Amino acid sequence: MTPAEPGAGWSRRRLLIGGGVAGAGGLAALGADYASRRARASGTDESPSLNGEVRIPFYGAHQSGITVEPQAHATYVALNLKKGVAKKDLARMLKTITDDAARLTQGVPALADSEPELGTVPARMTVTFGFGPNLVARVAGDAALPEWLGSLPEFGIDQLEDRWCDGDLLLQFNADDPFTIAHAVRMLLKDTRSSADVRWVQRGFRRAQGSEKSGTTMRNLFGQVDGTVNPQPDDTDFKELVWNRDGWMTGGTSMVIRRIAMNLDKWDRLDRPGREQSVGRNLANGAPLTGVNEHDEPDFTALTPVGFPVIPEFSHMARARTPDRSQRIHRRAYNYDDAPEPGKISNSGLLFVSYQADATAQFVPIQQRLDELDLLNEWTTPIGSAVFAIPPGCDENGFIGDTLFD
Amino acid sequence: MRKHTLISTAIVSTSLLLLSACGGGAEAESTETSAPVADSVEVTDAWVKAADDGMSAAFGSIENTGSTDATVVSAESQASTALELHETVENESGEMVMREKENGFTITAGQSLALEPGGNHIMLMDLTDPIKAGDEVEFTLTFSDDSTLEFSAPVKDYEGANENYESGDDEAGEHEGHDMEDMDHSGGSK
Ligand code: HEM
Ligand SMILES: [Cu+2]
Repeated sequence: MTPAEPGAGWSRRRLLIGGGVAGAGGLAALGADYASRRARASGTDESPSLNGEVRIPFYGAHQSGITVEPQAHATYVALNLKKGVAKKDLARMLKTITDDAARLTQGVPALADSEPELGTVPARMTVTFGFGPNLVARVAGDAALPEWLGSLPEFGIDQLEDRWCDGDLLLQFNADDPFTIAHAVRMLLKDTRSSADVRWVQRGFRRAQGSEKSGTTMRNLFGQVDGTVNPQPDDTDFKELVWNRDGWMTGGTSMVIRRIAMNLDKWDRLDRPGREQSVGRNLANGAPLTGVNEHDEPDFTALTPVGFPVIPEFSHMARARTPDRSQRIHRRAYNYDDAPEPGKISNSGLLFVSYQADATAQFVPIQQRLDELDLLNEWTTPIGSAVFAIPPGCDENGFIGDTLFD
Repeated sequence: MRKHTLISTAIVSTSLLLLSACGGGAEAESTETSAPVADSVEVTDAWVKAADDGMSAAFGSIENTGSTDATVVSAESQASTALELHETVENESGEMVMREKENGFTITAGQSLALEPGGNHIMLMDLTDPIKAGDEVEFTLTFSDDSTLEFSAPVKDYEGANENYESGDDEAGEHEGHDMEDMDHSGGSK
């Protein structure tokens, strides 16, 4: 661990506390446990033996929940600010929840954590904050609003339900352990309760950590490999595509979250060739219909013996793609599978989440093309939609969103 | 806007670790010159329960890295007209109550004392102004040798820490029923 690594201070502190365990209460005992784990970890074997112990640095130029290899679980909570909550109240709240997140992501219980034992298994948790237009305007006025922040244009395919849309403050939790998330959500909501009400909560999942080799592209509940063509943090143009460079948002990004219902019953009626044509990729390994391996370049000019394109022009891949390299987004979706409505057997879909420097310039044109034509629309329906400004990260002396307050 | 952060304690304790890592030399020196007790005491993870008025309490961990015991005899803060050092004990009727700790908090050399809801704490007897979650409250601890230690504690919303208060003097009733529920400002739920 390098000294500059965010979060190093926390473990040192726990070591300190752990140094004088006797006589102190349960918290100190926790500290000791933590200390011994850290002591082990700082020996020759740098990698913790349990995934639950793996910590993702909290502080840094960017918030960490965007580029870290996607964790198995996600919970997104959107809040409405209460009436009368003003700039100074928001600064206090953001300081408090920044501190909560900084601690819990490092396996250190939050201050005033009434279940501290639940705060010691970070399991790669990241906590990421996002702002809706109302919060930005309350703090810094309309002039501070990024042009792209606000509801997306209406799309013909949309059947949006208010209960899954918009919000003033977004709390995004990701971890490999849903128990870790449950405690963090509880802790942060206790610390936002006096200023904000819960608007919606959306939970999603991927394969459990350890079930597949890390780096395996996720599948969605249609069985498709979903996320193959996706700018990655180590790509040379990732910075440009994802990080914003405007004023207080420098180092931040825009987030689009769309709740897209997937009609599994209707999908059942479609046979494998039809399913593969709807996207233009095979189901076995996600290879384009003109290729063999997942990451093979698709050949949109290849024709069937009868003369039709092998990858149909109306396929999701053909429609989502554009030669304009600036119109790309970083997708980080999760599946949802909630309790069915009475008389139904499924209530499933995709929490489509994407990050891009400018939602209007990058996301909207793609969604417009898919709205005009995309075979996949037969089985999918957007029922929720929100855009948030994800502020840059902060250092130990700041809090998430502090650039908006300067 | 204040650039003071909630986690400044972390930085302090990091440097403290470096200090204590210097080992025996520092200790020997401190006994020879009998350095102020406050110099070898650190408060970490401090926080205060939010309240609009009346009473509140501060918690955290007081750590004594010195080679002699340290005793906190009093606490002061602008946030409250009076402060007391409290412990939580069982009274004659078997209830857990908090009361002033007669001889202050003693932290054994090399050990920590936890101030926690349901245990020892620093009681703010009468708030001068509402303290709101996210504010910082400054405290000064005074030790038996009159040395002092300042620390800052962020305010947190907290539903617990509702022990009854049993007044230290036996003049019955003055504070009777004046429990920490009074400092619970969140409303709504009751
Ligand atoms: C439930 C809804 C959706 C499903 C099931 C779905 C599924 C897929 C699948 C299977 C692929 C091919 C593999 C890959 O490259 O990831 C894909 C690609 C893609 N999707 Fe979606 N998608 C959905 C919604 C969306 C939305 C709303 C957008 C953006 C507006 C979008 C944008 C893209 C992009 C940009 C690609 C990569 C295209 C390329 O090859 O360049 N998708 N999607
Ligand atoms: Cu008390």
